[in-house]
Amino acid sequence: MSRTITIRAMKYNPNSKISKPHFAEYKLEETDGMTLFIALTKIRETLDADLSFDFVCRAGICGSCGMMVNGTPKLACRTLTKDFPDGVIQLMPLPAFKLLKDLSVDTGNWMNEMSKRVESWIHTNHQPDISKLEAPMEPKLADETFELDRCIECGICVAACGTKLMRPNFIGAVGLNRVARFAMDPHDNRTDEDFYELVGDDDGIFGCMSLLACEDNCPKHLPLQSKIAYMRRKLAALR
Amino acid sequence: MSDLIEGFLGKTVDGKKSRLPAKLDYYQSATGLFLGLFMWGHMFFVSSILVSKDFMHTVTKMFEGSMFLQTPQPLLVSGVVALVFAIFIVHAMLGMRKLPSNFRQFQAYRTHMQMMKHDETTMWFIQAVTGFAMFFLGSAHLFMMMTKADEIGPFGSSDRMYSDFMWPFYLVLLFAVELHGSIGLYRLCVKWGWFEGDNAKQTRAKLKKVKWAITVFFLGLGLLTLGAYVKYGYEYSNGLVDKYNSATQIEKFLKVGK
Ligand code: HEM
Ligand code: SF4
Ligand code: FES
Repeated sequence: MSRTITIRAMKYNPNSKISKPHFAEYKLEETDGMTLFIALTKIRETLDADLSFDFVCRAGICGSCGMMVNGTPKLACRTLTKDFPDGVIQLMPLPAFKLLKDLSVDTGNWMNEMSKRVESWIHTNHQPDISKLEAPMEPKLADETFELDRCIECGICVAACGTKLMRPNFIGAVGLNRVARFAMDPHDNRTDEDFYELVGDDDGIFGCMSLLACEDNCPKHLPLQSKIAYMRRKLAALR
Repeated sequence: MSDLIEGFLGKTVDGKKSRLPAKLDYYQSATGLFLGLFMWGHMFFVSSILVSKDFMHTVTKMFEGSMFLQTPQPLLVSGVVALVFAIFIVHAMLGMRKLPSNFRQFQAYRTHMQMMKHDETTMWFIQAVTGFAMFFLGSAHLFMMMTKADEIGPFGSSDRMYSDFMWPFYLVLLFAVELHGSIGLYRLCVKWGWFEGDNAKQTRAKLKKVKWAITVFFLGLGLLTLGAYVKYGYEYSNGLVDKYNSATQIEKFLKVGK
């Protein structure tokens, strides 16, 4: 049995003088295995060519399709319409990021700034020879470290975070996770003192209020709660 | 000079980030932990009235030093309350840093919370609201206990509830402190990764269950206790609430005058 679903999407172009923020409602036939990506594409093809939203990979890999789905941030390409029993789905752009238009926000530049802010690269005092194999690492530690690299920078943890919404300079779980990733990696020579310089303040690790919406909504199920606690213990223990 | 530089730049004289934010975070947790656990002990003390008035009397006198003093000294209790009051003030000062500091922050948080319906996000809001309420309720209660420690006991405490019409005050304070405290202790565990074990998600689910059990237990015990004080207060006063009405005042005055 197919049913008609209702998609209510916020529309607004902050760069236009005449655009007024409002919700547009679209009704469409649900198809088998329909994701929000499919639904939105269909809307754009048949109902409203002006609706803006972002997708690239359609497979939960690129992290560009995050949006607020009935109030909770989700990857639209991984969200099935059949999971909404009443068939009404309200879509809004991710908060905390710069709104481009409708459901499209600029996560890329934010993530870039974040990476620079936490110096998201291996710091070492010797010149690595890329023709040679990297120094080996304990397999268990390697697993735990590279697990954190699975982050796709979708911004869902940032948009889910009430702290971030109140305090725009807060680095967010994605940034703290990144710091933890390099703090764990033996290839990185930075000390806890160095990491303190990056996130040892109320915009960093000590600003986190442990609301845990990051942990609960991360589409990659990264252990954000544990890693934030780990960094907090490490950096609070410094003299 | 180093204080001047650190205050001005927010950096130490070595050009390093100040260690103060770390300390403040630590003390927020330490004072919260102390207060949270203190409130458990406190609840067991006040609920001694549920056993009997005599038992509560014995416990009260014990806190006044009946074990080593011939005449128990309420001043000892005043001292302990003063210490708790000081810790309470430090905790409130640190907690203030986290509260929304303008309307837009409050509005953004509330909208997000109502939209997302996520437990911990809502629980934080409850903590902020109850924390705010305790600026007033907690201070009033602590000041009263500090200055009138001699009145604590089965009679004085019951009379305060009923005749002084303090029970609505304590009813609100009870909910504020139990919700705030139990959420706070849960938050401490997830914040610092206590009891985390191998499976943080499972531990957290368990902690949350324990947290609710604690809330319900202490709220239940608190309501029964409050009920008991009100009942005894009613019995002591024979239902006469208005002990300072003008008629009795005049009577007293006349008696004194004679
Ligand atoms: C004027 C009174 C109070 C205010 C304004 C206040 C405020 C706060 C705030 C805003 C937080 C959240 C901190 C954060 O998000 O990091 C907090 C945490 C906490 N509070 Fe209170 N509070 C008060 C009284 C109390 C009392 C009486 C208790 C004891 C029952 C208590 C126990 C806790 C605990 C255990 C925490 C968790 C500590 C942490 O997160 O590090 N608080 N308080
Ligand atoms: S940590 Fe998770 S939620 Fe946050 S950006 Fe990375 S993948 Fe997205
Ligand atoms: S489109 Fe790439 S994650 Fe959804």
